[in-house]
Amino acid sequence: MDASVRELSYAQAIQEAMALAMEADERVFLMGEDIGVYGGAFQVTGDLVERFGADRVMDTPISELGGAGVAVGAAVTGMRPIFEFQFSDFATLGMEQIVNQAAKMRFMLGGEVSVPLVMRFPAGSGTGAAAQHSQSLEAWLGHVPGLKVIQPATPHDAKGMLLAAVADPDPVMIFEHKLLYKMKGPVPEGHYTVPIGKAEIRREGSDLTIVATSIMVHKALEAAEALAGEGIDIEVVDLRTIRPMDKRTVIDSVKKTSRLLCVYEAVKTLGIGAEVSAMIAESEAFDYLDAPIVRLGGAETPIPYNPELEKATVPQVPDIVAAARDLVTGHR
Amino acid sequence: MASPRKIAVMDEAQANQPFAYRHYSPEQLREVLRKMYLIRRFEEGAEDSYMRGLIHGTMHLSIGQEATATGICMPLTDADQITSTHRGHGHCIAKGAEVKRMFAEFFGKTTGYCKGRGGSMHIADVSKGNLGANGIVAGGIPIAVGAALTAKKMKNGKVVVSFFGDGANNEGAFHEALNMAAIWKLPVIFVCENNGYGMSTSTARSTAVKNIAERAAAYAMPGVIVDGNNFSEVAEASHAAVERARAGEGPTLIEAKTYRYRGHSKSDRNRYRTKAEIEDWVEHRDPIDHFEAELKEFGIIDDKGIEAVREAVKKEIAEGIEFAKDSPAPDIRDHADFVYTEVA
Repeated sequence: MDASVRELSYAQAIQEAMALAMEADERVFLMGEDIGVYGGAFQVTGDLVERFGADRVMDTPISELGGAGVAVGAAVTGMRPIFEFQFSDFATLGMEQIVNQAAKMRFMLGGEVSVPLVMRFPAGSGTGAAAQHSQSLEAWLGHVPGLKVIQPATPHDAKGMLLAAVADPDPVMIFEHKLLYKMKGPVPEGHYTVPIGKAEIRREGSDLTIVATSIMVHKALEAAEALAGEGIDIEVVDLRTIRPMDKRTVIDSVKKTSRLLCVYEAVKTLGIGAEVSAMIAESEAFDYLDAPIVRLGGAETPIPYNPELEKATVPQVPDIVAAARDLVTGHR
Repeated sequence: MASPRKIAVMDEAQANQPFAYRHYSPEQLREVLRKMYLIRRFEEGAEDSYMRGLIHGTMHLSIGQEATATGICMPLTDADQITSTHRGHGHCIAKGAEVKRMFAEFFGKTTGYCKGRGGSMHIADVSKGNLGANGIVAGGIPIAVGAALTAKKMKNGKVVVSFFGDGANNEGAFHEALNMAAIWKLPVIFVCENNGYGMSTSTARSTAVKNIAERAAAYAMPGVIVDGNNFSEVAEASHAAVERARAGEGPTLIEAKTYRYRGHSKSDRNRYRTKAEIEDWVEHRDPIDHFEAELKEFGIIDDKGIEAVREAVKKEIAEGIEFAKDSPAPDIRDHADFVYTEVA
């Protein structure tokens, strides 16, 4: 490993990115609920308030709508706010400002302003927090022109994509799976960016393409390793950005493998899997398909409290193994 | 708009006159009258153009509310910022926009302030500090607080005004925004134009407090009630609030009691108020009539002068409509412009 690359957790990588952004640009500041001395509900901001002060690591009242609007107003007048929703579920409270204001302001004003705003959303299930603190709502925001929506899956990408988001002139929504916060991985020191709108092939293979997002990338990789022993060679594409989507990488992968499985945690219907499937069906990759496209997504229910029910509600490694095996061996 | 006149030059009679006549030069006051007429005639011109099918969609007219827009904007500089509402034509003109580019926007032309993408409901003039009208009731209030946060962080001395209607005072965004402005002592002024009705629902039916200014007490800021049809009263309240904001003492809530002569929008059948009520405001409480009478009483303008203002405004409006008609429409191929910032 390069001397300048350390093992950091996903949360530490985000924190480092925010610190670097604030050091480099005095317009950058953080806003959110309990992100100061408390350190954030998931300790992502941690001790940043001690380094940068309460003016730049601003605790807000519990006012998601107003807080989001303040961030929009600050962004449009020259600041570079990074706004943390304590849980992605609370995006529902700030939706007006995100969807009607942040996403549309540049357009409505004929290009006279930009909204360089970053919003962070701790998302996903697996923490026993039940139905109102476990949702994956990224596709909601992915449906809105004017926003960019990203889901970094590794500590390396979490840092690099956040720095890309801060540098971006338009509003960027970052969905961070809560179970990833403690995951460790190699993270280079210093400033670097990972481009928004570019997928990454995490594992090359020839029999099947799995397009996965966020935590499902890791589950897909685990499934791929399990199936390697059976002689099934799986390619795993980490989508990383859902708007704008990197169609080229997905199309080229499907043309190579002739099979597609989409794996994502959000509710299955009307989601990212539908979009990726339709995109492939509309592309030249359609003619290369040797099997129907399959989606593995969340159940059509709210996230339950009971841990076994909770696990059963979102795709797990055995589900991916079974679906992938069936697809490749033709048992569907 | 301009610096106040020196107190030293006041004579004794003037010392007893209302705030605006002690504070502004005759030239400034005549300019206010011109702006009030410009707002009214602009809206009449827009309404007429709508009736002729030259403007599509809908629009929300502020005819009858001109003293509030002009009075509030009086102490603001071009660098100061405002957020506005769906009923925002008056704010835009009072903040310094050119009517020809506003007409062009309403006509959907590329020469409009929003290049034909926003229309009436998103009219803006960023160069003059107008961050835009807003189609969402109370949508602009937190944005104004954010702009004021920028002003405080950058220490640039700017003040931000958030215009909104009485309807907005029952939105959560209003309460959240006022609270944050107060706890952070931000240089922002909340201006509620209370025209009595949120669409068809009267404030008596919608709002638990008698006066919206009373809401200020909950957020530990001054709440001021003014006659929104009295330019001098509005300007005086705005001056005090701007001074407080610039001094770093925090926000103020101003409630301007006013009235809209026209319906809520073009779909309004006016079934929720009486003709007599509307006529009473038009006949007895018109802001322009009131201002003109005071200007004449204090010898600032005569009938001939008023006629000259009206003629000049009429000409500017007619030229503005012609400019809009003659301007090019956007190319349909450019429909996706401005969704994202173009990367060079």
